[in-house]
Amino acid sequence: MRAARPRLGRPPAHLLVPAALAVAFLVVPIAALVARTPLADLPQHLTDPVVLDALWLSLWTATVAMAISLVVGLPLAWVLARLEFPGRSLLRVVVTVPLVLPPVVVGVALLTAFGRTGVIGALLRELGITIPYTTTAVVIAHTFVALPFLVVSVEGALRASSREYDEVAALLGASRGRIFRRVTVPMALPGIAAGLLLGWARSLGEFGATITFAGNFRGVTQTMPLAVYEALQTDPEAALVLSLLMLFVSVLVLAVLRERWLGRVVP
Amino acid sequence: MTTFLDAHVAVQRTSFDLDVRLKAGAGDVVAVIGPNGAGKSTFVRALAGLEPIQAGHVVCDGETWDDGAGGARPVQDRRTGMVFQRQLLFPHLTALENVAFGPRSRGVRRSAARHEAQTWLDRLAVGDLAHRKPHEMSGGQAQRVSLARALATRPRLLLLDEPLASLDVGVAMALRIELARHLSDFPGVSILVTHEAIDTLTVANRVVVLDEGRVVQEGTPAEVAQRPQTEHAARLMGLNVLRGRSSGTVVRLADGSHVVTATEAVGEVNACFGPEAVTLTPEEPAGSARNRWRGTVTSAVPHGSAVRVHLESPVGPRTLIADVTPASAAQLRLVPGRAVWATVKATEVSVYAVTPATTPLRSRYV
Repeated sequence: MRAARPRLGRPPAHLLVPAALAVAFLVVPIAALVARTPLADLPQHLTDPVVLDALWLSLWTATVAMAISLVVGLPLAWVLARLEFPGRSLLRVVVTVPLVLPPVVVGVALLTAFGRTGVIGALLRELGITIPYTTTAVVIAHTFVALPFLVVSVEGALRASSREYDEVAALLGASRGRIFRRVTVPMALPGIAAGLLLGWARSLGEFGATITFAGNFRGVTQTMPLAVYEALQTDPEAALVLSLLMLFVSVLVLAVLRERWLGRVVP
Repeated sequence: MTTFLDAHVAVQRTSFDLDVRLKAGAGDVVAVIGPNGAGKSTFVRALAGLEPIQAGHVVCDGETWDDGAGGARPVQDRRTGMVFQRQLLFPHLTALENVAFGPRSRGVRRSAARHEAQTWLDRLAVGDLAHRKPHEMSGGQAQRVSLARALATRPRLLLLDEPLASLDVGVAMALRIELARHLSDFPGVSILVTHEAIDTLTVANRVVVLDEGRVVQEGTPAEVAQRPQTEHAARLMGLNVLRGRSSGTVVRLADGSHVVTATEAVGEVNACFGPEAVTLTPEEPAGSARNRWRGTVTSAVPHGSAVRVHLESPVGPRTLIADVTPASAAQLRLVPGRAVWATVKATEVSVYAVTPATTPLRSRYV
C-alpha cells in the first residue's frame, strides 16, 4: 500500500517532532514495564495468595460498584437526558464534579460522610454499622468514582437516540415506563455497555479514594492497585508482575470498547 | 355530516402563530397542503397531543382530548395513529414486533398481539417481511410496515405526515393507490399532510389549504384544483393565479398593473390560467393577446411531454409558470436568466371570487 501523497504540502517538522515526542513519552514507560517484568516468575507471582486475594477483591468490588451504578445511574442519566426541569444544568455539573475531584479528596469526603463521626456514619454507628476500612467502603469508593462515568456516557447515548422514537411509542399507547424499557434502553444499549465498561475500568484502577476511605487490609480492602503499591516497597518484581496484569486488563477493556461499541458509534 | 372530529388548534410561539379550525365526519380523508412553514406538521402534532395547544379544543368521536384550558389527555390516551415521512420504525425490533408494539402497549396478550400484527402486515402486503429488521427493508416496505403499525392500534384519528415524500416516484405511486384504498376503508378521520397535488386528488375527499398558520381555503379536491385561492395551492395544482379587484373585465392587481379577462366580475377575485395558456416569445408580441408581461426565466424542467418554465416578472404576476414544447424551449434558448415575453389571451383567464370564508391574507401573495 502506498502512502497518500501530501496534497496540501509536506507536514511541518515543528508539528511532527512534538507529536513524536508525545508518543515516545506515552510508550516508553509502558514498554519498559513490559520489558522489565520477569516473565519467568509470572506463574509463581500469579498464584501468590496475596495477588489472588487482591485480584479477586478488585474484580468483584468493581463489578458490584457497577451494578449499583447501573441501578441508580441509568435512571439519573434518563432524567438528565429526557426531562426538562429548572436546575438541570446545575444537576449535570453536580454529577460531573466527582470526575474532576482528586481521588484523595473523594476519600476524605467519604470519611466525612460515612466515617465513625461522619454525618451519616454517626447514625449508622447507632445501628451498629461501621463502614470505613471495610469491603463495603471499597465498594462505596468505587461507586462514587465510577457512577459519574456511567451517567455521563449513558446520558450521551440517550440523547443520541432520538426523542422521536419516544413519541412514536407514546402514540402507540406505551406508558413512560414501557417506553424506557422497550425503546429508550434497547436503542441506547451500546452506549450503556460502553459506560459500564468505562466505569468498571475506572473502578478497577481506583487507588486514592480507596486507600483513604477503606485503608489497605489484605483480603478486606486491598485491591490490585493497593497491592501494587505495597509490593513496590517490599518486592518490586511482584509489583511489576501485578502492573503487567493490570495493563493487560486495561488493554482488553480498550479492545472490547473499540471493537464492540465505539466501532459502531464512530464509523 | 355528523362531526367526528372537531378541532380548533391555536399554538403561539415567538416566530410562529397557528390558528386552525377543522371539522370532519367519520370516513373523511382530509388533505392538508400549504407551503413550508405553514404549520401543517404542527397542526397534526397538536392533534396527536405531541404539541401543547394554547387555546381551542380537540374533540374526537365524542371524547374531549383537549379542552384548551389545561385539560389535555396525554398522547397515550388519544386514539391516534401516526405515520411519518421517515417511518421511524423501532430499529431494534422486527416488522412484526414493531406492529405488535401498539396492541401490546394497550394490554393485548403477546400471542394475540403477534397474530394481529401478522394480519395487518398481510393486509399491507408485507406479511413475508415479518421477521426482518427495519434496516433490511426498502423505504416503501418500511412505510407499509409503519402504516400497519399505525392501523394496528385501531385509532380513531389517523395522521399521515408526508408519508410518501421520501419514496421513489414509482414506489410512491404504488403505495399511493393502496393508501387510497386503506384510507377509504378507515372508519375514523384521516389527515394527510402532503406536497403532491396527486395525493389530494386521488386519496382525499377534502382539502384544507394552510398558509402562515391559517386556513386559507377549504373544499373538495376538485374545487381547490379548479379555483385555488393561494399561489401555493395554484402552483401545486399547476395553475397561475393572480389576486386583484375586478370591475367589468379588467382585474386590477396590487401593483397597479392589470389583467384583462373575458368574464365580467366585480370585487375581490382570483384570475386564473393554466401554464399551457401562456405563450413565450423573445420579442414583444404584436398579436391580439391582451395580457403581456416581460419576464426572466428562473428554471426550465421537463414536465410530462412539455417543458415547464418558471418566470419572474417585475410587474403583474410576479412568478408565472408556462408550458412550452421541447422544440420551442430549445429555439427560445430558455435557460435561467433569459429575458422573454409572456402573453395570455383574455379568453384563457377564468375569474372567480375570493372565498369570503377565508381569513384575510396577510401574505406575500396579495
